[in-house]
Amino acid sequence: MEKNNVENRDQWGSRLGFILAAVGSAVGLGNIWRFPYMVYENGGGAFLLPYFFAVLTAGIPMLVLEMGLGHKMRGSAPLAFRKIKEKYETLGWWAVLVTAVVTVYYSVIVAWAVNYMVFAVKQSWGADPNAFFFKDYLGATGFWDFGTIKTNVLLGLAVVWGITYVILYNGIKEGIEKASKIFMPLLIVLLGVMVVRGVTLPGAIEGLNHFLEPDFSVLKDYNVWVSAYGQVFFTLSLGFGIMIAYSSYLPKKSDVVNNAFITAFANCGFSFLSGFAVFGILGYMAQAQGVPINEVASGGIGLAFIVFPKAINLLPGMNSFFGILFFMSLVVAGLSSIISLVEAFTSSIMDKFKMTRKKAVSVVSLGGFLCTIVFATGLGISILDLVDHFLNNYGLAVVGLAECIILGYLWKLTTVKEHVNSVSDFKVGNWWDISIKYVTSIVLGYMLIMKVKTELTVAYGGYPTSALMTLGWGLVIALLVLAYVMKNISWNEDVLLDVNSAKEEI
Amino acid sequence: MTAGAIGMLIFGSTILFGGLAVCLNIAMKND
Repeated sequence: MEKNNVENRDQWGSRLGFILAAVGSAVGLGNIWRFPYMVYENGGGAFLLPYFFAVLTAGIPMLVLEMGLGHKMRGSAPLAFRKIKEKYETLGWWAVLVTAVVTVYYSVIVAWAVNYMVFAVKQSWGADPNAFFFKDYLGATGFWDFGTIKTNVLLGLAVVWGITYVILYNGIKEGIEKASKIFMPLLIVLLGVMVVRGVTLPGAIEGLNHFLEPDFSVLKDYNVWVSAYGQVFFTLSLGFGIMIAYSSYLPKKSDVVNNAFITAFANCGFSFLSGFAVFGILGYMAQAQGVPINEVASGGIGLAFIVFPKAINLLPGMNSFFGILFFMSLVVAGLSSIISLVEAFTSSIMDKFKMTRKKAVSVVSLGGFLCTIVFATGLGISILDLVDHFLNNYGLAVVGLAECIILGYLWKLTTVKEHVNSVSDFKVGNWWDISIKYVTSIVLGYMLIMKVKTELTVAYGGYPTSALMTLGWGLVIALLVLAYVMKNISWNEDVLLDVNSAKEEI
Repeated sequence: MTAGAIGMLIFGSTILFGGLAVCLNIAMKND
């Protein structure tokens, strides 16, 4: 029975397919709108030193850990942790439940980008993209006024969830792998065109100087190092259970270590290139408006939906073309991440309840779409901002830290190390153990303490206490309780046989 | 571009794309 369970599991058709899907998962909106601004704000090119150090001492080791765990245990995060010890299953569920909520609001941002692709045709945002975005497009309100449901946003969401549903419904090889083989080359082409356009605009060089000119004095500031570790942790899809699920679909004799290195380098290379497109265009924008670059430089939603529409208005020609291209790159980067987020949750449901893929994908996609409706209201952007803040800081970071502690201290880390070294092109040495047990644990622990300290001093975003307690702390705790409930639901007998035989092997 | 910016451009590209090229080369040899 155990054999059937493992052998019936979907598999990637090729190593390239797995790598493209893993890179697609890691490359997302943050690569385009977060990394370049973070470099600019933290000492320019000097930030690359702590960033690369963090990639080597936290990003790649954690990728190897998650990929190795998924490959060895051949299961989604809850199943993989259950195979280690029954009580650790809660951590697996917490990871994928956080992932499920992140998917819901992440899909909203991609839906906005879908709408903006259409708006770019005629630059419908007009001369004041800020007012257009908040007032006309979102009809933004404050807590607890939900306003009205915006049809455009709802249509965008239907497109995003429809595409996700079709891809996941077709499985790993025919769905995710085929989609990744289209999305990733397309994204590289889109980014290539944006980079060439960006760096050839007048004023672009000034923008690139601001992006890369190093200020090495920042290296003495430990906050810059912590920011680098934070960026690395969030950019590589760690703590979501995605890499555990994706690697569980690899054939038994598949490389893990080199695949993790390739995924990390490709993802960070994409971020680095994005900086040239973003700061080339920002440099042009600053010159065209006759203002210093710090007046136009920004990150996040503001960069994508306010600053860039302004920049598109100012382009010397082919404004619609480059507008569509920019928002299309956001859509493609976002979609390739969404399919991985949904897959991490769907595979957990499939494992736990022995549900067929078609049924699980249908239930999760419909449920996900219905949950996103609240984000199409006027209150949507405030809820998104609040939930994102709490889940990123106290959901994913805690999952990452718990992974390091459980696998590094309470279990035998050497089990994963021996496994990955037995199947990989090259092996990990003691540096890997040190990175997981000490470097990543200490940095994530420190980050968490600092965040909680700030949280207790200043109310995030000036939101009312009722919102912070329900959609912030309340949600984080509710997901933890739900994870515990999920852990206590009985597994299918066939899966338990598989779990028990895995425990004997360990 | 300033010398500092060019230096960091070369440094970043070498680490990221050089690293990627080495890993891809190993993967292709072993496949």
